[in-house]
Amino acid sequence: MTAPEPALLVLCDGEVFEGEAMGASTAVASGEVVFNTVMSGYQEVISDPSYAGQIITFTYPHIGNYGTNDADSEAARPHCRGVIVRDVARRYSNWRATASLDDFLCRHGIGGITGIDTRRLTRHIRDAGAMPGAFGTADEATLLAAARAEPGTSGVDLVGEVTTAEPYVAGSGPRRVVAYDLGIKSTILSCLGELATVTVVPAHTPADEVLARQPDGVFFSNGPGDPELAGPAIEALNGLVGTVPVFGICLGHQLLALALGGRTFKMRFGHHGGNVPVRCSASGRIEITSQNHNFAVEAGSVPGVTETHVCLNDGTLEGLSVDGADAFGVQYHPEAGPGPHDARRHFTAFAEMMDRRRAPA
Amino acid sequence: MPRRDDIESILIIGSGPIVIGQACEFDYSGTQACRVLRAEGYRVILANSNPATIMTDPEVADATYVEPLDAAVLARIIDRERPDAVLPTLGGQTGLNLAMELVADGVLEANGVELIGADAAAIATAEDRQLFKQAMIEIGLDVPRSGTAHDMDTAREVMRRVGLPVIVRPAYILGGRGAGIAATAEEFERVAAFGLEASPISEILIEESIVGWKEFELEVMRDRADNCVVVCSIENLDPMGVHTGDSITVAPAQTLTDPEYQQMRNAAFAVLRRVGVETGGSNVQFAVDPATGRQVVIEMNPRVSRSSALASKATGFPIAKIAARLAVGYTLDEIPNDITGVTPASFEPTLDYVVTKIPRWAFEKFQIPEGVLGTSMQSVGEVMAIGRTFCESLQKGLRSLEHGRLGLNADPAEAAVERLGDAELIAAAAVPTPERIFQLEALLRRGVSIDVVSAATGVDSWFLDQMARISEERLMLETTSPEAMTRAGWRRAKRLGFSDGQLAHLWGVAPADVRFLREGAGVLPTFKTVDTCAAEFEATTPYHYSTYEDTDEIRPASRPRVVICGSGPNRIGQGIEFDYCCVHAGLALREAGYETVMVNCNPETVSTDYDTNDRLYFEPLTTEDVANVIAAEDPVGVIVSLGGQTPLALSSDLPADLVLGTSPASIDLAEDRERWNALCTRLGIPQPPGGTATSFEEAQQVAARVGYPALVRPSYVLGGRAMAIVYDDEELSAAIDELADFGSLGREGGPASERPVLVDRFLEDATEVDVDAVRDCTGEVQIGAVMEHVEEAGVHSGDSACTIPPTTLGDDVVAVICDYTRRIAQELDVKGLLNVQFAVKRNGDSPLQMPTRWSGPGASDVFVIEANPRASRTVPFVAKATGVPLAMVAARLMVGATLAELRAEGMLPEAPDGSPRASGYVAASDYVAVKEVVLPFNRFPEADAVLGPEMRSTGEVMALDATPGLAFVKAQLAAGTRLPPEGTVFMSMADRDKEAGLRAARILHALGYQLAATVGTAEFLRRGGVPVAVEVAKLGDQEGRDAVDLIKAGQIQLVINSPRGRGPRADGAHIRSAAGGAGLPLVTTGAAALAAAYGLRDLRGQRPTVRSLQEYHRSLRGAA
Repeated sequence: MTAPEPALLVLCDGEVFEGEAMGASTAVASGEVVFNTVMSGYQEVISDPSYAGQIITFTYPHIGNYGTNDADSEAARPHCRGVIVRDVARRYSNWRATASLDDFLCRHGIGGITGIDTRRLTRHIRDAGAMPGAFGTADEATLLAAARAEPGTSGVDLVGEVTTAEPYVAGSGPRRVVAYDLGIKSTILSCLGELATVTVVPAHTPADEVLARQPDGVFFSNGPGDPELAGPAIEALNGLVGTVPVFGICLGHQLLALALGGRTFKMRFGHHGGNVPVRCSASGRIEITSQNHNFAVEAGSVPGVTETHVCLNDGTLEGLSVDGADAFGVQYHPEAGPGPHDARRHFTAFAEMMDRRRAPA
Repeated sequence: MPRRDDIESILIIGSGPIVIGQACEFDYSGTQACRVLRAEGYRVILANSNPATIMTDPEVADATYVEPLDAAVLARIIDRERPDAVLPTLGGQTGLNLAMELVADGVLEANGVELIGADAAAIATAEDRQLFKQAMIEIGLDVPRSGTAHDMDTAREVMRRVGLPVIVRPAYILGGRGAGIAATAEEFERVAAFGLEASPISEILIEESIVGWKEFELEVMRDRADNCVVVCSIENLDPMGVHTGDSITVAPAQTLTDPEYQQMRNAAFAVLRRVGVETGGSNVQFAVDPATGRQVVIEMNPRVSRSSALASKATGFPIAKIAARLAVGYTLDEIPNDITGVTPASFEPTLDYVVTKIPRWAFEKFQIPEGVLGTSMQSVGEVMAIGRTFCESLQKGLRSLEHGRLGLNADPAEAAVERLGDAELIAAAAVPTPERIFQLEALLRRGVSIDVVSAATGVDSWFLDQMARISEERLMLETTSPEAMTRAGWRRAKRLGFSDGQLAHLWGVAPADVRFLREGAGVLPTFKTVDTCAAEFEATTPYHYSTYEDTDEIRPASRPRVVICGSGPNRIGQGIEFDYCCVHAGLALREAGYETVMVNCNPETVSTDYDTNDRLYFEPLTTEDVANVIAAEDPVGVIVSLGGQTPLALSSDLPADLVLGTSPASIDLAEDRERWNALCTRLGIPQPPGGTATSFEEAQQVAARVGYPALVRPSYVLGGRAMAIVYDDEELSAAIDELADFGSLGREGGPASERPVLVDRFLEDATEVDVDAVRDCTGEVQIGAVMEHVEEAGVHSGDSACTIPPTTLGDDVVAVICDYTRRIAQELDVKGLLNVQFAVKRNGDSPLQMPTRWSGPGASDVFVIEANPRASRTVPFVAKATGVPLAMVAARLMVGATLAELRAEGMLPEAPDGSPRASGYVAASDYVAVKEVVLPFNRFPEADAVLGPEMRSTGEVMALDATPGLAFVKAQLAAGTRLPPEGTVFMSMADRDKEAGLRAARILHALGYQLAATVGTAEFLRRGGVPVAVEVAKLGDQEGRDAVDLIKAGQIQLVINSPRGRGPRADGAHIRSAAGGAGLPLVTTGAAALAAAYGLRDLRGQRPTVRSLQEYHRSLRGAA
């Protein structure tokens, strides 16, 4: 066993945390530091493209216990800037595992830091808000400089970093769906793929190109960063809503709101976890949801929609449907991956919406 | 949905006495439920026979029936109180079973009473294994292959179909009692027959063995609107094959990928919906094949359980409180999360720490040297520990057990494991025992590979690797010295959970030196908060645990703080009674303006509910951990005298000026034999002659001086650990040997292992008396109650039934007892509680005359046995019998209040005046309260079911009635002994019990019972003029039938069998074992036989009273 290499995490406000290096060897890595409260599903979280530009803190202390496997990644490679944990497993145990988390991170060139008082860090972010930070084996001054130079997720086109370069097809369901890849998770693709044959297109694809594919419905995926920077996709939405059934998840939901004239805002530290209660206004039912967003749609800001879902923890708008059009969006992740499956019926609802459209024709 | 207003009153069924498999977790859940439902405006009626519970405090419910938990009694309560609904899901298996009986008897329907929380169909589906399995298959869930049987022929057929190995479980049994594993056809015969006998409906389930699979549990809740949440996931360190109550368990689950976890979560909700649990909490157990991930559903409990108490404490999500509100119609989103104050209860707690639960066993109490764990639960208590990592929480948990361990080895007690060779050690670890966790670490430390250890034991390799980190660290620590430790080194060791005591052991220095150097290096504990949300929201509830991190979350307090040290894990001799006292201290001191701080590690208790005190520290009760809390809180005082021996043992290590109440010096004076003798001599209070000894020779000299029989006991122990009554030198020698070489006692550590042994003349044929009293700083003493034991001296006071008020002692005797108590309290400068035990020598022909009061021995026959200036286990019984909250009073006295002030406040009733009330608050003319104990012999078939000086009961019940006889019979019923209204009584008495036996026989004969007796007893009875219908041959005698034959033939309805001396004697043990097996009531002392006879006599022509505690107390105050 080689001795662990000391490493530091420095936030842009000067807070310093001591730990040890893990994953790919990293002198300096910077990004916006956020925390996620899931207790299982670290592989899915680390590989979720929505974390582009961010360093993920896991509040659950033991990470890596069940290793990693070939099935649970949400994208071909992680896009996050690093991982912060309290205690990374030396040895994993699960029949599905093929590699340790450390190997997984090394393979993908992602660095991390372990041994951190992640509860102190989480409380700091909770009170001060998500903020840029840097970690690595470099000295404190270097890391502080890197943290201060880090733009975070504001004003950066992160979707451009993660979207597919070329269209591709996934799934084999009976319907036809075009999915905008703003950083799409593979669990979403498998949920959609059961309903439809899905053509995944780049984020900047214009509406007419999509309509030319004669889809039964168009899907707007999750993705990283500030929704206001995703101009082309918003434009595309304007050309699609009302013409074809539209479903948006997370960033896709925010873009739908923006396209309709609503406003989004950056939350203090966002929602990142698998235990967020959301009430469906129509049924009164509660769904325990998987969430991962730093931006949200301002409640009451979107004209011509019905606000369908609300977060019971803090009143955040969690879902809307467009009045008089077959279009809806949810802020949370009905596909889960990781998280509860309570809200998977939204995919069924999308399918029913498409079928209603198709039926008269 | 709003609360239901179509119901106004609700009957809650408690779980009765503490037994193995059903402990104070149901006091915790029941108390929460009562409080919540009353706050919602419902009238709450409570039935529970256990006086040591908080829930039976008269303030907790509107009407509290401390009555036997028996369907007929409940029917009478329902008839009296006319509740609109019964909530059966908070009283454990007992509550559910009784509710089902009330449904079956038609009582609920006839009275228009609705079952809320779970209906009869749901309970039946969950409890009947066949129905449950069918239901699971119906909804597409995987279950182990199985079948049920009601007889041996069917059983064999099922076994052949399922294939060996199989598990056999009896239906309708709590805690897995009577369950067993069979790997061969021979084993199957035995296990199946035992199971059929154990099940009240003669039904067993024979199941594919999944021994060695991984075991998981989900705690889930559902509301009326079908919203479901998982409160907590739990993974067992011990694989399938060990009852979950006997397993080390960890929350949250550690080795499931998210898809696997979500599959389990979806399955749990499907189970809840299919079974039909409309509202409330349930737990669902799963097994997972480690090789393939195949998940099977094992079972579900449609009620709150031991696991839900653990889950509540582990997450901060109060399951019982919320279950109660769901039962009356609320939905999860309408209930706020107390801890954050701003978010709703419709969420799933997320942890940023690891919780480890470790059971505590008591095999040494039953002379079972190697307790093997299996599918039948045997532990008597448990601890929970919280750490930021598994390593930390495991080590904290192990040192919380108070079994003399300082953590995961690295302590003096590891010597037992170190003696074994590698092969022996692997073989030992393959068998699940309480020692296994220590064996695993030793194996890893010796370099045996994780794969080998995992294959041999079934313990998951992740857990083993975590333990290996502890091993590696220890090996490294051994090569260094405390002086050479760096800040990083200290921090790493502490973060892996090493106690200062372990480090001190490794380095051969004093723990205080370790602490000094560590603190000098700047490595101090930090306290984090249990907040349900991993810090995402601000927590308003100060529920803390220690860990070694960067920052601390303790907030300054505005009021003076008092730290209350709890009593740790339940064990025999120290159980819920002490938790009751600690909870009462908290209540009283909060009321008096203090901020109260609880330190405890028992997840089952009311004291570890986060809103019982102002602050809660879930910590081990060791010197190091308690000192850390004191350093963090800077209290004005620490209470160590209410939690039993556990906190008392800490008192000498705490700053003396912080110890509230009686000074540690006085406590020590009462324990120190020489000084105590001098004190008694000075006060002119007679003691049985005796002395102290450190060797057999010395003991022999003492015995020669005082004469046999002699009582031999170590000092500083609770529950009569290793006490013996010896009749000659040979027995004395054996007793001394056992004490000298008594592994478990030595392991428990503390002064008991270092102090000399006490040898006293044992007063045969004496009545034992207990007194609980309080004294204030002005010197006023108030007697709480004088209790007369039913069993004579020699039976441990904790195992003996007793009455308030005394039923046979003369006024003059009681006056002397009270006078002695006052003088001792004065001399010890007691501030708070004092318990004194007396023996009253009976003169001549045992004048035990329960119905005729005040006609016993004279004043000159009173001897003091011992005094303890601390809470005793009878304090709650006294409080329930008298209506005086003695523990609250004591807590206030400890912080300087006077009895006069408390009377002015109304906490204490006016001092009772005149005889016999001077002896306490209840007079003979009011009523009689009887406390009876519950013994766990059904769990330990190897142990002999007799009473002795070593305490072995797990719990107690109380009954009140107009006469001692009626109260005694009711107490027997409450304790599970149903005395027969007619039939044949078998008697076999030791010589010293024959006199009392004859008196009992006369009464029984007069009542029309037939008598059967062994030759000697028969002769004695006949000589005394009592005809014996059946004379029974000696065991094994070819002629005639012996007692065991008669019992098996169903010809006996009551067995009275008293042993002589110590140790199992072939005859008696067989008879008692047969009686236990046949479920016959068994009486093992002459005194109890006589009490039972009087009770049966009083039952003729009158029914026992059914009356609430509030009514009893009102009658007292009204009469005052």
